[in-house]
Amino acid sequence: MSVDVRPASSGRNRAGRAQRSAPPGAPRRGWRTRLARLDMRASPYLFISPFYIVFLIFGAFPLVFTVWVSLHDWELASGLREFTGLQNYRELLGDEAFWRSVVNTIGIFFMSTVPQLLLALWVANLLNRRLRASTFYRIGMVAPMVTSTAAVAIVFAQLFARDYGMVNWLLGQVGVDPIDWQASRGWSWVAISAMVDWRWTGYNALIYLAAMQAIPKDLYEAAAIDGASRVRQFWQITVPMLRPTILFTVIISTIGGLQLFTEPVLFGSGRMDGGPVHQYQTVAMYMFDNAFRSDAYGYGAAIAWMLFLMIIVFSLLNFLFVRRAGGAR
Amino acid sequence: MTAVLSRPGRSGGARRRAGRLRGLWDASPLTYITLIAALALSIFPIYWMIIVATRGNEVVGAVPPPMTPGGNFGDNVGRLFDNPDAYFAKGLVNSAIVSSCVTVSTVFFASLAGFAFAKLRFRGKNALLLVIIATMMIPVQMGIIPLYMIMVELGWQNRLQAVIVPFLVTGFGVFMMRQYADQAVPDELIEAARVDGCTTFGLYWRVVLPALRPAAGVLGLFTFMQTWNEFMWPLAVLNPENPTVQLSINNLANAYFKDYTLMFAGTTLAILPLLIVFILFGRQIIGGIMEGAIKA
Repeated sequence: MSVDVRPASSGRNRAGRAQRSAPPGAPRRGWRTRLARLDMRASPYLFISPFYIVFLIFGAFPLVFTVWVSLHDWELASGLREFTGLQNYRELLGDEAFWRSVVNTIGIFFMSTVPQLLLALWVANLLNRRLRASTFYRIGMVAPMVTSTAAVAIVFAQLFARDYGMVNWLLGQVGVDPIDWQASRGWSWVAISAMVDWRWTGYNALIYLAAMQAIPKDLYEAAAIDGASRVRQFWQITVPMLRPTILFTVIISTIGGLQLFTEPVLFGSGRMDGGPVHQYQTVAMYMFDNAFRSDAYGYGAAIAWMLFLMIIVFSLLNFLFVRRAGGAR
Repeated sequence: MTAVLSRPGRSGGARRRAGRLRGLWDASPLTYITLIAALALSIFPIYWMIIVATRGNEVVGAVPPPMTPGGNFGDNVGRLFDNPDAYFAKGLVNSAIVSSCVTVSTVFFASLAGFAFAKLRFRGKNALLLVIIATMMIPVQMGIIPLYMIMVELGWQNRLQAVIVPFLVTGFGVFMMRQYADQAVPDELIEAARVDGCTTFGLYWRVVLPALRPAAGVLGLFTFMQTWNEFMWPLAVLNPENPTVQLSINNLANAYFKDYTLMFAGTTLAILPLLIVFILFGRQIIGGIMEGAIKA
């Protein structure tokens, strides 16, 4: 009796109340509720954790560690690992081969991105009309995207071969002398850009098409009533309305274009040098060549990091440029 | 992303208005001609590949070039598998293993995390989601050198787990599944299952995953294609004797003598699974791209 009169601790009190309201098999139920609560609390974190674990170990850590590696003379075969500070970067700034690869990358990037996005805009504009069998055209346009990059690069290398290549044969039909696509800087850029354009134009066209379909039709009707031609409608309604989408495609193309690797590698039959005078060696190829072919991982890491910065700078520039161009209208 | 498979039709009003100004949107014959020309350009390199792969090397210099497939594909494929440098059969099997593992795992983990982000309440959710969006913009391939060092430490060079494990789940996949789950799974359904005593994982497995199937399909297709195509990382970490199919092609391209028929038979086989997937699911892929689900 005396026990009952004594003021119980609040915790006990609560537990007692909970127990009173619980039906018979109470102890089992308590264990279950606790488990259920744990399930509610921990499950979300458990469910999202795989991504963070994978990303931390195989994404974020390598990216950051690249900086550390780049401050060393680092070889895997010999086990050499010597801290050299900024020596790799100093060397890189005076490295003619590196700068040549930068110019190649940017050159190919412009030659592939600009025509690609303009063509895509044009094709999207055509697809946006009332068409019979529109799905048929759409599927045909993205077929290049679902092919394998390496395979297509091999096919294109043959089409662009100096001897017996179909492109030269076609040019011959209109009286143009055969071009040695591999040998010169400009022509090799054209051939490689053609591969990139071929692959991605349809994809970008579909993205533009999706955005075009979201533009209110009244705008065009009003313009048509005011007597604006189709061309004018395109430049004054369609293009400005597509600005965010264009920005998206430009940035995606920048990130992909500056890392260009597979196409030029297979254009050169799998070699990393980008031709006898490195006429189409990209930065990614130069990085790969130094690290994985010459065992200069420190120097390769410095190149990788420079490329990473290049991508960020270009993305920002594009961002500003597209915003500016739109704002001026 | 919300409606990959079923797009709502235009409202009646819009249709009526479109009818009123029909001339504005009609395609002229010139439109068709241009589109057909563009289509031909899109298809031709693939078609040319098939022509060379089904004929012999004499095609390459022929004037004018033949425009129909031949009957030598079987022979060429036989030569391909006999080629000692390509390791082609091994490449095909390896690619099938790697792509399937990465696809299943990405769809599973991405939908699990996407469900958590869309439908569960937990502390730090918004910040954690922002991290995922940020990772989508980072060119992770630039960390390839330390990634290789990790594989050396783990003793995984030249083993398939090196090209599987780093890609088990992507931020892009998680984000895509979150966007879809947000609208495809009604809250009431989740509440009801909870009341019935469903565990959180049971909820995912029995209620959410079936509802996510369309988006999961598009993510799976895309992941498969991307993994099948991967080139730089396998080239870095795998030996030519234990290749993926892309590396097998590269082995062929490396040869001093250009045996085009052999190479093109190889590229045709390397593209074939993708083409089959594309023919079967072309519409879904188009839908995915247009809804912003498929990223370059």
